[in-house]
Amino acid sequence: MPSEPKFEAQHLSRSYGHGNRRFFAVKNLNFTIPNKDVVSVVGQSGCGKTVLAKLLLRLETPTSGCLLFDGKPIAQERDPRNHWRSVQAVFQDPFSAFNQFFTIRAQLKSSFKLFRQKPSREEMDARVDAALLAVNIEPREIEGKYPFELSGGQMQRMLLARIFILRPEVLIADEPTSMVDACSRASILEYLLKLKKELDMTIVFVTHDIGLACYISNSIFIMHQGEIVEQGPPELVTGSPTSEVTKQLLADIPDVHREWLRREASK
Amino acid sequence: MAGPIFEVENLRAHYLTRFGQKIQAVDGVSFSLKPGEILGIAGESGSGKTTLVSACMGLYIPPLHLSSGDVRIEGRSIIGMDIETNRRDILGKKISMIPQGALNSLNPTRKVKDLSTDMILSHDESAEKKQIYSRLRERFEKLGMPADEVLNAYPVQLPAGMKQRVVIGISTLLDPRVVIADEPTSALDVSTQKAVIRLLFELMDQGIIGSMLFITHELPLLRHVSNNIAVMYAGEFVELGNIQQIIFDPRQPYTKALMGSMLSAGQKPVAIEGAPPNLANPIEGCRFAERCPIARPDCRTTRQAIRIVENRQVRCQYAE
Repeated sequence: MPSEPKFEAQHLSRSYGHGNRRFFAVKNLNFTIPNKDVVSVVGQSGCGKTVLAKLLLRLETPTSGCLLFDGKPIAQERDPRNHWRSVQAVFQDPFSAFNQFFTIRAQLKSSFKLFRQKPSREEMDARVDAALLAVNIEPREIEGKYPFELSGGQMQRMLLARIFILRPEVLIADEPTSMVDACSRASILEYLLKLKKELDMTIVFVTHDIGLACYISNSIFIMHQGEIVEQGPPELVTGSPTSEVTKQLLADIPDVHREWLRREASK
Repeated sequence: MAGPIFEVENLRAHYLTRFGQKIQAVDGVSFSLKPGEILGIAGESGSGKTTLVSACMGLYIPPLHLSSGDVRIEGRSIIGMDIETNRRDILGKKISMIPQGALNSLNPTRKVKDLSTDMILSHDESAEKKQIYSRLRERFEKLGMPADEVLNAYPVQLPAGMKQRVVIGISTLLDPRVVIADEPTSALDVSTQKAVIRLLFELMDQGIIGSMLFITHELPLLRHVSNNIAVMYAGEFVELGNIQQIIFDPRQPYTKALMGSMLSAGQKPVAIEGAPPNLANPIEGCRFAERCPIARPDCRTTRQAIRIVENRQVRCQYAE
């Protein structure tokens, strides 16, 4: 690997409950995420993908093991905002990510609070405008608008605009395209790749669609019941899968060019 | 072969807002379903797919209103029926729907069996309670679910895929002739999705349901599910044909763009520029003209009619 790892996990676990009912959402993970890589985490619902994303974001604390960010344990500092300055997220449901009672512009502007030094009002406006243009939305289109007045695809782009404002080192994208339709999905992916190109960031992409993961990333983790069962570059994972879980996932994506599910009777 | 069991003729439906604005969400949709046929409907969010579902079921609850058109099931029109009669005699028995947010459509405070019992009792008051349970068990077992376990569980105790299957089980309890599945798999992961589709096929093969209208924005999925595909844009069908025609050889510019925006092996998805038109403003010409790569000046002024191009319906005067 060319550069030092951004994230490094050693025996990382997160469990809920205790005694007999103890449940491991993430179990004994060992992995490294190299700097400036695009890594996809793929798995079925309930396999621990989102918990892993939250651990990386410091929204959850590990129950055992440790998670290093830039060589330092994540939970060491008292103020999590330090971590959030360099690690930011795009979530699955853009409507629950924004507050319904404030205008979009106000919320985009409030993300400047994270900075140690807040820029002047004019500069904030200018930077919000620039970020909106970067995701192909005319700033006056959203002037005075509230989140519910926009479509799902537009709202997802607002989340991405926020990333353009904050310019973090790492972006954690938790199923950013699963709530939007096929056409908006193409544009969201386009902007994600543009972000990667412009800000030169590390991206952790969480999804259940292995096809999507192959398209976007240069390394894939396959998760199953809290454990990483397979990892490697996409060609290797999809070309010669070794684990049953990967084979199953590959067989389950509907593809235009391949027979997927055959109907025995009647047809 | 018998005639179509489900016919929709030039159906138009609109929403009336509080400010008297009229939004024509479904505009001149016609199609018919033969027994055993699955018609897929594809389209972006906001293209009127879900409105079409309510309109097809005769459920005109304000602000949704019928503008004109007819819907017939087994030759009998369900338009103009009062809502109570419709609910008792048509919905569930003749036509049933698998809702979009199936994961949230089960009452969390009641067991699955109570909910299903209600469903049967509200359509058939003479049914005996004891018989109902055995009837439920039989049906759920037939569909490959652990019947006793599922029926006695509260919805929260079931995993997402099982919940979706329970919803499908309940909405097909009364053997409806036509089932409308409104994005039944959009909230599920790919493996669960496959199980749900398999269940729907099983229902058809066992003759429990007659034909199906399958609505989704996932074109690759439609390719494997349906016989014919209709592409919807801004309240209209813009192209209707069989799978081979629509997926591999689209003619209408919007269908082409939609296929291009799809993610598939070795191909870069291309997003469609611009946004769908606002239906609150009446549109004179072609609704796709603003985003269309082959639009000519007269596209913006003349309303496009359905043409037949090589055995399929296309709503574009320049498509060939």
